[in-house]
Amino acid sequence: MLAVSVAAYSAGVLFLLVMGLFYFLVLYQYNDSLRNDAPTAMYFQVFWVPVLFVVPLLTMKSLAEERRHGTLEAMLTTPASTLEIVLAKFFAAYFFYIGLWALTLVFPLIAMNYLAPHTPDSPLRDTASMTGGFLFVCISGLLYVALGILASSLTRNTLVAGMLSFSILLILTIGGNVLLHFNWQDTPFFNHFHAVVDYLQPFQHLQDFNRGVLDTRPFFLYASNTILVLGLTTLAVEARATH
Amino acid sequence: MPEVLASPTPSPASPAAVATPSLEAVALCKSYGTVRAIENLNFTVKRGEVVGFLGPNGAGKSTTMRIFSGLLAATSGRAYVSGIPVAKYPDEAKRHLGYMPEHNPLPEDMRVCEYLDLRARLKEVPRKKIKPRIEEVMEMCGLQHKTRRKLIGTLSKGFRQRVGIADAILAEPEVILMDEPTIGLDPHQILSIRRLIDSLRGRLTVLISSHILAEIEMCCDRVMIINQGRLVAVGTSASLRRELLSRTEWRVRLKGEVPAFEQILPEVHAALRLASCSAPDDEGFVEIRLEGPAQETGLGEILLQALARHNRWRVREIALVEPGLEEIFLAATKQGDDTLAPATRQK
Repeated sequence: MLAVSVAAYSAGVLFLLVMGLFYFLVLYQYNDSLRNDAPTAMYFQVFWVPVLFVVPLLTMKSLAEERRHGTLEAMLTTPASTLEIVLAKFFAAYFFYIGLWALTLVFPLIAMNYLAPHTPDSPLRDTASMTGGFLFVCISGLLYVALGILASSLTRNTLVAGMLSFSILLILTIGGNVLLHFNWQDTPFFNHFHAVVDYLQPFQHLQDFNRGVLDTRPFFLYASNTILVLGLTTLAVEARATH
Repeated sequence: MPEVLASPTPSPASPAAVATPSLEAVALCKSYGTVRAIENLNFTVKRGEVVGFLGPNGAGKSTTMRIFSGLLAATSGRAYVSGIPVAKYPDEAKRHLGYMPEHNPLPEDMRVCEYLDLRARLKEVPRKKIKPRIEEVMEMCGLQHKTRRKLIGTLSKGFRQRVGIADAILAEPEVILMDEPTIGLDPHQILSIRRLIDSLRGRLTVLISSHILAEIEMCCDRVMIINQGRLVAVGTSASLRRELLSRTEWRVRLKGEVPAFEQILPEVHAALRLASCSAPDDEGFVEIRLEGPAQETGLGEILLQALARHNRWRVREIALVEPGLEEIFLAATKQGDDTLAPATRQK
């Protein structure tokens, strides 16, 4: 449905405008005060903005609206299993999300070819941070989109689904960062969880990916949690549809 | 391996396939907390039958259909679709079933042909057959030409129902379940849906739930009446009429003295009595309603002979009033299970 929907293309254009503005601001800031990080690495630091706004918008309708209109029930009367339906919804939203991000790779490519065409060691030509950043978006997107689909399966109201998804993603993306900024790091209770919070920090993962460090732990973290969340979504859909 | 698949699957025309009922409920129960939606439901629907499933609102029609379609789990008992236990092999049972839910939910922002294409793929119609099959069902349901490219959200209620029926028959299932297919339609639309259902007769087994009695009487070979979750009557309209109604009624239009007419009634039958009499019309004719014992449908001829013998009245009409399904329905749903004649229970 997303591929043939006018709304999806409108959302895509608006997404490109917003992300284009972000990339422009990154270049502007980079030009003002030279940083250690490549502009592309700085650009991917704002990954949380699309995660917080685009993921809930993409996923909030997926199951909530199907349930509200009764079309989910009609789907469940076909031989397609609940897991297949959940996976179809998940991959549709995920590929659209990744597609939107993939389109934004045009910005660093344009900058590379038009702003630094003959300087091979220019920071604008840092393809490693671009590849790493995009890989991080792809891997983390699995979990974020799955959480959006889970939120959508828990309610019939798309607004509630969107807000639920936004809240979960807010806690997951910048919650840990906020927690680490408080002064309670020295309390005994927090000490036990410091390592866990640090391990769950997406900004930490992004930094590793940008440096070209491909640690298997984030892969495992995002993939295993995606499977868990999709499993819970399947159970939620089945429980609500068959009782 | 599923028990139904352990033996060779009978071809649709084989005697084994014909012998297997399309739908079978065995001691089916469903409770929502302490509320019993259906209780000990037992019935079978044979291949090719068009059966009406009647009941007042909240009687358990939709619950029963949802159990057969695999959407709801029964609290106890078994439901079979083409001999396949739905609870044990829901996916296999769904391959034999087309279901049109109540209110026929459809995606508003898809075109008719896109929606049918999606449904065909979900229903595992072989890829090569999808296009010709969609064309075929669209022709059957009157959805060709302009309608095929229209957004479903812009269709009238009648056309939306046609899309629902097209979807139900798309994968050529053995059984189709329609939950209130004509709800909210105008008489023209009801007629076209009825014609559509008629065109399926003999090819598919159809179970239609409704509380519109005239529609069921015209469409269906057989009627099942459910009340408060229990099956209270099963049979053809004629057999139910005989078994459930305790009297027969005649309509007589005549001109002359009514008290004198009433006096000759015992000559016809001891139990025949005058139930009502209208005021005379412009020509002086009155309409009299007579009530007699059940199954005495030949009294009309005897009455005619008696009137001729006395020759005191001008008679314009003597007609047996055929009670409609409405009276049968009211009689069946009024009576408790215990007071029903054993013959009316599931045979």
